[in-house]
Amino acid sequence: MSAGGDHIVSPKIYVTIWLILLAFTGITVWAAFQHFGIFNPIVALAIACTKATLVILFFMHVKYSPKMIALVIGCGLFFLSILMVLTCADYISRAWAT
Amino acid sequence: MSTATQNSLALEMPSDTYLNSSYGVKSWFLTGDHKRIAVMYIVSISLMFLLGGIFATLVRLELLTPQGDLFQSDTYNKLFTMHGVVMVFGFLVPSIPVTLGNFLIPIMVGARDLAFPKINLASWYIYIIGMAFMLAAIISGGVDTGWTFYTPLSTQYLTTHVMFTAIGILIAGFSSIFTGLNFIVTVHRMRAPGMTWFRLPLFVWANYAASIIMVLGTPVLAITLILVALERGLGIGIFNPAMGGDPVLFQHLFWFYSHPAVYIMILPGFGVISEIIPCFARKRIFGYSAIAFSSIAIAVFGFLVWAHHMFIAGISTYSALIFSFVTFLVAIPSAIKVFNWTATLYKGSIHFDTPMLYALAFIGLFTIGGLTGLFLGAIGVDVHVTATYFVVAHFHYVMVGGMLVAYLAGMHFWWPKMTGRMYPEAPAKLSALIVFIGFNLTFFPQFILGYMGMPRRYHSYPPEFQVLNVLSSAGASVLAVGLLMPMFYMLWSLKYGEVAGNNPYRATGLEWQTTSPPPTHNFHETPIVTQEAYDYESQTEEVEVVG
Amino acid sequence: MSDSQTTTLQPAHQHHDPSLLVQFDSADQQKDASQFGMWVFLITEIMFFGGLFGAYLIYRNLYNPAFVAASTSIDIRLGAVNTVVLICSSLTMAMGVHSAALGARKLLVFWLVATLVLGGVFLGIKAVEYHEKYVEHHIPGANFDFNYERVKNGEQPVPADVATQTSIFFALYFAMTGMHAMHMIIGAGILIFLIWRAYKGAYPPHHYTMVENFGLYWHFVDIIWIFLFPLLYLVSRSPVH
Repeated sequence: MSAGGDHIVSPKIYVTIWLILLAFTGITVWAAFQHFGIFNPIVALAIACTKATLVILFFMHVKYSPKMIALVIGCGLFFLSILMVLTCADYISRAWAT
Repeated sequence: MSTATQNSLALEMPSDTYLNSSYGVKSWFLTGDHKRIAVMYIVSISLMFLLGGIFATLVRLELLTPQGDLFQSDTYNKLFTMHGVVMVFGFLVPSIPVTLGNFLIPIMVGARDLAFPKINLASWYIYIIGMAFMLAAIISGGVDTGWTFYTPLSTQYLTTHVMFTAIGILIAGFSSIFTGLNFIVTVHRMRAPGMTWFRLPLFVWANYAASIIMVLGTPVLAITLILVALERGLGIGIFNPAMGGDPVLFQHLFWFYSHPAVYIMILPGFGVISEIIPCFARKRIFGYSAIAFSSIAIAVFGFLVWAHHMFIAGISTYSALIFSFVTFLVAIPSAIKVFNWTATLYKGSIHFDTPMLYALAFIGLFTIGGLTGLFLGAIGVDVHVTATYFVVAHFHYVMVGGMLVAYLAGMHFWWPKMTGRMYPEAPAKLSALIVFIGFNLTFFPQFILGYMGMPRRYHSYPPEFQVLNVLSSAGASVLAVGLLMPMFYMLWSLKYGEVAGNNPYRATGLEWQTTSPPPTHNFHETPIVTQEAYDYESQTEEVEVVG
Repeated sequence: MSDSQTTTLQPAHQHHDPSLLVQFDSADQQKDASQFGMWVFLITEIMFFGGLFGAYLIYRNLYNPAFVAASTSIDIRLGAVNTVVLICSSLTMAMGVHSAALGARKLLVFWLVATLVLGGVFLGIKAVEYHEKYVEHHIPGANFDFNYERVKNGEQPVPADVATQTSIFFALYFAMTGMHAMHMIIGAGILIFLIWRAYKGAYPPHHYTMVENFGLYWHFVDIIWIFLFPLLYLVSRSPVH
């Protein structure tokens, strides 16, 4: 058997991750009220990415799943980034033209 | 079973096939059998193709004369819109994957069915529901936005049935996603023992690559259509300049799907050609890995070029440069395929059966279509020929001269496998010739028209363009005859065609090892694969291929 | 004609436990394929929401002051509570999958019901928020008026063009949270079905793939919210600008 369900994850891990997620939620709310200038959105997104990664690895069992699943997720994120980066490239560079 | 003296053996239809395993309406409409679902799809998309063809006929009738005398301009707008919408979403996008792909992929990988038969059936029903919405839109008066639905025309200014059509396309998109998902999981997880990735037929690689696109691109179309619906229905302003929105954003999101969509259409066509050429040249395909990897490359690169449809829409020059450059890159894997097919033909023992005639036509017509795509990808040229008949000719060369011809090639090639009967060779060859002549007569003049400046989507034009337009419409009527003929002789062959036997062409591939038609579970015993694909060279006897 | 390409291994039809579908050769293959298929489906969902996130990214860059003003006007407490609710529901869902793996039927039902309840709380709070938006004239369309609420609260109204641009924020707000809520409603519907089936014992330890796959869907919907919350509610609440 190779699928993620084979490995039974202990509830202790779940509760730990849950507490970390709650902590990060608190931090991100706190950070929103601080003045980090250009870093405000970066901090917020970094925290969101960390939370998402924890959910993916532990709640969704990707840490215990075959590598193929991680590859599939990677592909999805890659193409998502293409959509965002190339579309943004247009908008950002419009101002460069004389 | 030897087919060496096929012509003299009286073959019988096999007794236990997927067609006669059970009878009755429920056994078809509630089937899980991928082969039956494929047959239901063949019927459905053929009907949609006929409908799209009717709209095309009306368009070409109008364009016989320079004045807009047959239809009002609004009606004409509806005609070309419905032609595009029905053909793209009702025929081209599903086409080969849901018919030949559904039928053959499980057999080619050595499985009893796809990974998720119920989802396969659901995807057919979803397709039908999507088409029903589209038909409802057509019957209630149609849409006139162009199949591209550009905002703010589609969201602000038109009173036609944009919503119905958008919902129909949205629903049909789910059908596409489910098909792609099924194929991906099947190819990854259901291959028979010994069937390694590099022993797979290239048809499987091609559909796998197309499935990746289906799965990644279609959802973006879905959200785009939902946003258009929200804008039309609720008055939000994401694409509305008066409310701060940007209409070009719609185009970005729309083309992010719709460009890769054309690769969904053509990649399975490439797969069909890769199966037919080795069989009728009696030679192993040249450069298997190159063709396999180039399919994946096209799927990936196809996502990086979408704004080449938007060079004059107001995007920045710098991003236009990037998109133009990558457009040139994406032509390379396609060219690699054309070189490899040609190299396969070289020193092959070529048999001009109908599938091969279509395949040879494909190579030539697709090359023309593809190269003209490069003209369009060059920004300087594009500024002059975009939104003219040059574009129309380009995409009809790749879609009709490429994809439709490949579809016909595949239908003829695998018809004996699906039905157990051979189509009649003489009418088939004749209609292939008529299609080729009619197609070129219809669309080659359009390159010239576009270059001379005739805009697309106009129902009237300056009188100096009339001669070429008349040629084009004449060609369309010839093409129509050529395309209608198979409908008749294929149906005829179901009852009166020669019984085909397991492998009338002596082709390699697991599908030819089982009966024609195959039994419900494809194989009586699970195959083990020990040989590489396209092992034509080890067949040393020179045998006359049936046909 | 040579048939050396294939030899036979085993008969195509085998007799196994009733939960093994005919197209699969083994329970492992079935579970693998099932889970792989679920992940491919989730990728389609990533691309679906990705279009909205892309649009958001562009407009936030174009209309930053409007986004700041609009984001500050939505209720951060409700948003934060909803985030906590969904994180808790992810925990209960994960515990549900765990119970299924161990064959603890009653516990499985308990955790699934808990997940449903939390999902319901989320949707309830969302309804409250949407009603608030309606009352405050923040719904894009004919009645949209961003300065209505600001003037009512005695705050400085924003300039007219910024006010128009906030309608883009709210269009995205409703599109994104609306799509998310729709996914939650569908999830809640499936959850009801799962609860009924789990109660009937349909998910023993050797065949609980359906619960696991639904768990993946539920966690995914949670992840979407994990991104929606900072992007919509926390654009910039610092008093210094």
